[in-house]
Amino acid sequence: MSADDVREEILAKVRSAIGRERGRPAPEPPEPLLEVPEMLLQQRVEQFSAALEKLSGKAHVAETAEAARALVEELISQRSAIASNSPLLREYGIASLPGVFTGYTDAAELKEACASADVGITGADYALADTGSLVTLSAPGEARIISLLPPVHVALVPRDRLLTGLDELFTVLPDPAEQTSSMVIITGPSRTADIEQILVKGVHGPRMLHAILV
Amino acid sequence: MAGRVSLFVTCIVDQLFPRVGLAMADVLERVGWEVEFRRDQTCCGQPAFNSGYWDEARQVARHFLQVFADADYIVVPSGSCTSMITHHFEELFASDPAALEEVRSLRSRVWEFSQFLLEVAGVEDVGARFERVVTYHDSCHALRELKIKEGPRRLLRRVRGLELREMEIAEECCGFGGTFSVKFADVSGAMAETKIDSILRTGAEGVVSIDSSCLMQIRGALERRAPGVETWHLAEVLASQ
Amino acid sequence: MRPIPVESLRATLSNQPLEEAIYASTRRLMEKRAASIPEHLREDFQKWREQAHRIKRHTLENLDYYLELLEDRLRARGGKLVYARDGAEVARFITEVAKERGVRLVVKSKSMTTEEIHLNEWLEREGIETVETDLGEYIIQLAGERPSHIVAPALHKTRYQIADLFHEKLRVEREEEPEKQTLIARRVLREKFLSAGLGVTGANFVVAESGSIAIIENEGNARLCSSLPPIHIAVAGIEKLVPRARDLAVFFKLLGRSGTGQPLTVYTSLLTGPRREGEIDGPEEFYLVLLDSGRTKVLAEPRRRESLYCIRCGACLNHCPVYRKIGGHNYPWVYSGPIGAIITPQFHGMEKDWWLPFASSLCGACGEVCPVKIDIPRILLDLRAEAVREKIRSGEARLERLAFRLWAWVMTHPKVYEAAGLFNLALRDDESGWKDTVPGVFHAGPLKEWLRFRKLPAPPAKTFRDLWAARRQKEALEE
Repeated sequence: MSADDVREEILAKVRSAIGRERGRPAPEPPEPLLEVPEMLLQQRVEQFSAALEKLSGKAHVAETAEAARALVEELISQRSAIASNSPLLREYGIASLPGVFTGYTDAAELKEACASADVGITGADYALADTGSLVTLSAPGEARIISLLPPVHVALVPRDRLLTGLDELFTVLPDPAEQTSSMVIITGPSRTADIEQILVKGVHGPRMLHAILV
Repeated sequence: MAGRVSLFVTCIVDQLFPRVGLAMADVLERVGWEVEFRRDQTCCGQPAFNSGYWDEARQVARHFLQVFADADYIVVPSGSCTSMITHHFEELFASDPAALEEVRSLRSRVWEFSQFLLEVAGVEDVGARFERVVTYHDSCHALRELKIKEGPRRLLRRVRGLELREMEIAEECCGFGGTFSVKFADVSGAMAETKIDSILRTGAEGVVSIDSSCLMQIRGALERRAPGVETWHLAEVLASQ
Repeated sequence: MRPIPVESLRATLSNQPLEEAIYASTRRLMEKRAASIPEHLREDFQKWREQAHRIKRHTLENLDYYLELLEDRLRARGGKLVYARDGAEVARFITEVAKERGVRLVVKSKSMTTEEIHLNEWLEREGIETVETDLGEYIIQLAGERPSHIVAPALHKTRYQIADLFHEKLRVEREEEPEKQTLIARRVLREKFLSAGLGVTGANFVVAESGSIAIIENEGNARLCSSLPPIHIAVAGIEKLVPRARDLAVFFKLLGRSGTGQPLTVYTSLLTGPRREGEIDGPEEFYLVLLDSGRTKVLAEPRRRESLYCIRCGACLNHCPVYRKIGGHNYPWVYSGPIGAIITPQFHGMEKDWWLPFASSLCGACGEVCPVKIDIPRILLDLRAEAVREKIRSGEARLERLAFRLWAWVMTHPKVYEAAGLFNLALRDDESGWKDTVPGVFHAGPLKEWLRFRKLPAPPAKTFRDLWAARRQKEALEE
């Protein structure tokens, strides 16, 4: 049976199961429940830091570009690092720190570099205060695997992108697919509890996660 | 007299634990209600309903509707049987509008015993004395279908001389489940063991519940492991003076 | 119809380490869930459950519309939707893609849908190495077993068993610490990720309006499967759709808390088609395979349609006192616990699995925790009635039916009921107290089963109705 025939057969079965005719529109779906609480920046920062630290990640606040740079340098501490091609990292001078490799445009090269680097540095498009999450949207300047392969992930996120939570994210970004092929909400370092429900960090992704609010 | 109640003495209580029925009548009379017992009553139909024999369950349920057609209040010493009447009769009579009407009228008239005391009779202290350390078992249908959780505990706390010690897994099923306990006797038996472990850890002298079927399961297993630990229906505790 | 697998149930119940592993792990999961829904969230949580239920219902009641919308939107994003009627068609499609592109190694992330159709076996038969990369699934694959839990597939295994397994299969030093075991798996699997030509994942949700899939995970292996290989194929059931991306917020909040007690899981990915112009990484090709395999059959049954709302969180398993005793492997299919008990007979028919809906004490804990408010206890009852109808049709329930007919006759004839003294016939004698045996003729069937584990109350000399009559008589005399 051809792929089209299979498609037709399944759709026909679906229609007959629910008693609908082909091509009829659907009524409006239920209104989503998105609630965005009022919260001061300071409060959001505190909530974000507390939530991330509970997940054994670490939140930092950098008031200036210099402070951010110094912090990243300290976090790398002589190890090898890869930075994404994010304009934010360039702007803050992070991409040009000693020991930081950047500017990859070839998938295979990037993969190889990420597999051996100690630290991955990326920007994040948003952060969520209540869960301590970072939200990354893949883009030409923001590859997917820099936040994933190296054992330590450091992310910079502009403070004004610190949202209250998921509901606000989907209010600001009702359809992420319009902007990116991959939106990832990162909530703490990679972990598993598959063996006897005992928590272990860094199973496939990073063991450590630093978020720097700039 | 506050009013008149009609007892629905479930088949298990009638046949195996008649003292529970008498105790319930004692308490109701003590708090000022006139009590009647309609001798034509039998069963709510739950055994057949839960076993998939809905036609047979419907016949028995219809008999229940006839017997209690004109009763003001019907009080039941079981969360499970109450829930059968107030929650599942509707399913049985879904295609019988006349019976459905009757079923719906039952919702405000059929009460589990502890709920009746608290919500209709409005008493929390029934003047009981019971000098024992007890733990309370939440029976599943009472807890999850009738939302009975605090009520029986409130009544127990007002009993003079009684100490209530909570077990860790009060809300976990005892494993009875009607025909489940014989169809899957091993699993049901293992569930009872887990419940009993938790009961014994409290050091209580016995277990209180509002369902005699759970107590039959728990006591049946206790008799094999710790024969000294007793079981009481809430009505027996409240009737004691 | 097949008999209840009593022997296998018994074997599990008498396996003490297994019993402890299952009970302790599920208890831990119950506690984590409870801790993630603190007092101040309880009300919201109930609102989310209602909302999730409404969204699922709306989507399934208009499923053909959303499927067609999805196909359009996914195509516009450069991806392709493929339909499959059964596991064989999924496997055939993936094999074709793999062979065309010369793929020899496939990395997979955890997906119940692919477990359901035994995808790995199909691919291995075609000579394509397929590696599970979720730690629990990897353990299970090495052991040659099937998952015993929807969320924690290796829940039945102890770390000591895993130490032996790794030692034997991976030829590494025996290591009992979960942390070190995890590192071993990370090292082995990292190599696989870097050389795989195709990544297969499931999808927790599929967004019609956006052509997107959402994947929820903690380890990062699904991200690797969907980012590193040049081809990404996601496999999901047709019931996984939601209308819009913003509908996901409520599901994310429910799924993490219900499954593992996390407000949000570590990685929540929303993926739409292959990589876009200018992107450095991500797959060059993306396919979404949507599977029927029995789902349209369930959809056609309005009373039980909500079985398809399931988001595979595992909460009903963790809270089920029966699952916690018998574990996942006594259930005939990959879906175990209460949700397995209701969907297995609906997908596979009553013939083999009629007993599943009866393997429940009807305690209702499953329905209470289900994040999308599937009324599992009601569906269990409904399926019991269906099983009885089936048995009557096939002439297998003659005796049982006769017994219930007789019972109903007695229960609708009060005079007969009084005379019969139902329980008492078998049990009454002069002794009081609890009995561990009954007279020979009665020591059969239900009474025999009961007495294997419990004693029975010896019936009192008089029933309630006798005592009541006596009491009223006495009162009358006193007046």
